[in-house]
Amino acid sequence: MIARPHGRQPGLRAETVAAGALACLAAAVWLLPYAWMVATSFKTLPEIVAHPTAPLPEHPDTGAYREVFATLPVARYMAVTVFMAGVIALAQIALALPAGYALAKLRFVGRGFAFGTVLACLLVPAQATFVPVFLLFAKVHLVNTMTALVLPFAASALGTFLVRQAMVSVPDEMIEAARMDGAGEWTIVYRVLAPMLKPTLVSLFLVSFVFHYNDYFWPLVMTTDDHVRTLPLGVALLREQGTGVRWHIVMAGNVVLSLPVLALFAIAQKHLVRAVSARG
Amino acid sequence: MRPRSSWHPWALLGPTLALLALFFLVPIGVAAYESLFSWDMLTPPRYVGSANYAALAAHGELLRVALRTLGYSVLVVTGTMTLGLALALLLDRPGRFFGFVRASVFSAYVVSWVAVALLWMWLLDGNSGALGGLMRVLGVGPLSLLGDPRWALPTLAVVGVWKLTGYAMVVFLAGLQAVPRSLLEAAALDGAGPGSRLRHVTLPLLAPTAAFVATTSLVTSFQAFDVVRIMTQGGPARATELFVYAIYEQIFLNLSVGRASALTLVFFLLLLAVAGLQLRAGRARSGVSR
Repeated sequence: MIARPHGRQPGLRAETVAAGALACLAAAVWLLPYAWMVATSFKTLPEIVAHPTAPLPEHPDTGAYREVFATLPVARYMAVTVFMAGVIALAQIALALPAGYALAKLRFVGRGFAFGTVLACLLVPAQATFVPVFLLFAKVHLVNTMTALVLPFAASALGTFLVRQAMVSVPDEMIEAARMDGAGEWTIVYRVLAPMLKPTLVSLFLVSFVFHYNDYFWPLVMTTDDHVRTLPLGVALLREQGTGVRWHIVMAGNVVLSLPVLALFAIAQKHLVRAVSARG
Repeated sequence: MRPRSSWHPWALLGPTLALLALFFLVPIGVAAYESLFSWDMLTPPRYVGSANYAALAAHGELLRVALRTLGYSVLVVTGTMTLGLALALLLDRPGRFFGFVRASVFSAYVVSWVAVALLWMWLLDGNSGALGGLMRVLGVGPLSLLGDPRWALPTLAVVGVWKLTGYAMVVFLAGLQAVPRSLLEAAALDGAGPGSRLRHVTLPLLAPTAAFVATTSLVTSFQAFDVVRIMTQGGPARATELFVYAIYEQIFLNLSVGRASALTLVFFLLLLAVAGLQLRAGRARSGVSR
């Protein structure tokens, strides 16, 4: 469930009924397009041409899905996409933990400068860096590699900032006690502090994973070659290939692309919503 | 706390600072430098001074791209904030049903832009799409919304609103939880009806939330690319050529590194200006309400 609602006093029947009706309308606006997507994906080409606006397929058919799996190496695209998004999300956490610790807990000359650098990077989107970064990768022959997809996002300014904010509320005594026990700084960061920040780290992982799984822009500008193509690129390609009405195939691709994210959302809704609505 | 050794902080911060500098700060400098050259990635670059900027500004093309992007963003921000606030107020109720509706609206924010853009292309298809067919039967609108230069950009904005309203709603819901119930109850005891409680208690307290939503959504929609690349490729007649798509065209279709870099720099400065203005306006507004 998203957020905790205010308890309202009972009574006010008419208001509740009106709210229910409006909520049904909202649900229709956001759910009917998905229903249309799924219904189309189970139709056949003759059916779409003959009865384009029929709400349900007459004879549900999985031909569109077979076509998707025949024209696209779906398994490989999915593996590349999940690997890329997973590595990015893990790297961001692995790097944000020590950086957040230094910024939140250690006093040293240059801390303000370091924190300022992280905050400045929050203002620079990938859309403003892709031209120079593409030129850089082209120069060192890294276009079309997993490195070009992962490395630019291995450190996250937002992730570092959020971990730093969470670290501030960890009592100094915890760290002092760990130091007395002879723990080194890396042990303190990964063994002592990381478990305490688990909710923050889980949210960070999920948001980052979903964002990069869905990402179309960066893989599009950094790859021209099929072997590092991601699933969103492949599905977008379904519409560009071939001619005529292929919407049942495109919608089948859409279902394959969206289903894992929607499933993840259903399982981890609370984490995703909390991470998105957290105001830095 | 004192670090145990003076180099410890820098070892802990090193990888993060190096990567952030290399991929977010240095590129802005590189873009500024490259924008002074004419280069097609095949022949050697040639120094041209400010000629790239002059060429982009000629015939008002740069201004048109900027205004178009701003127009799209204003439509999306206005739409998502109005709908997001209305839905937050409507759905801030206990019960599984309202929770389900909240999740439905938010799910569009979680799904890929690719899926959303393709789905809406199909819905709007003039021949056999559900909405396109409906509009044709009713005899409203042009034959094809995405094929009409006047309607294409507002149509993309509608898709953007559908995708992003869930985000605004979730942030407004979080803001609503911070409105103290005692304040609402006190207002009710003083005889304030639901309408006046909303206007005089809830909405003023939501002003900082609104400023935050406005800034983040404006910055997000200013960077719109996927929806353009998939649904219209900037057409018809450049009606949907937004900033990032214009940069993409300059480097990958025209192979003009200099112009792409010049556009990138202008884009970045505009983005900073937009975010800065929004933050100041938000701060001023939330200051007044206190």
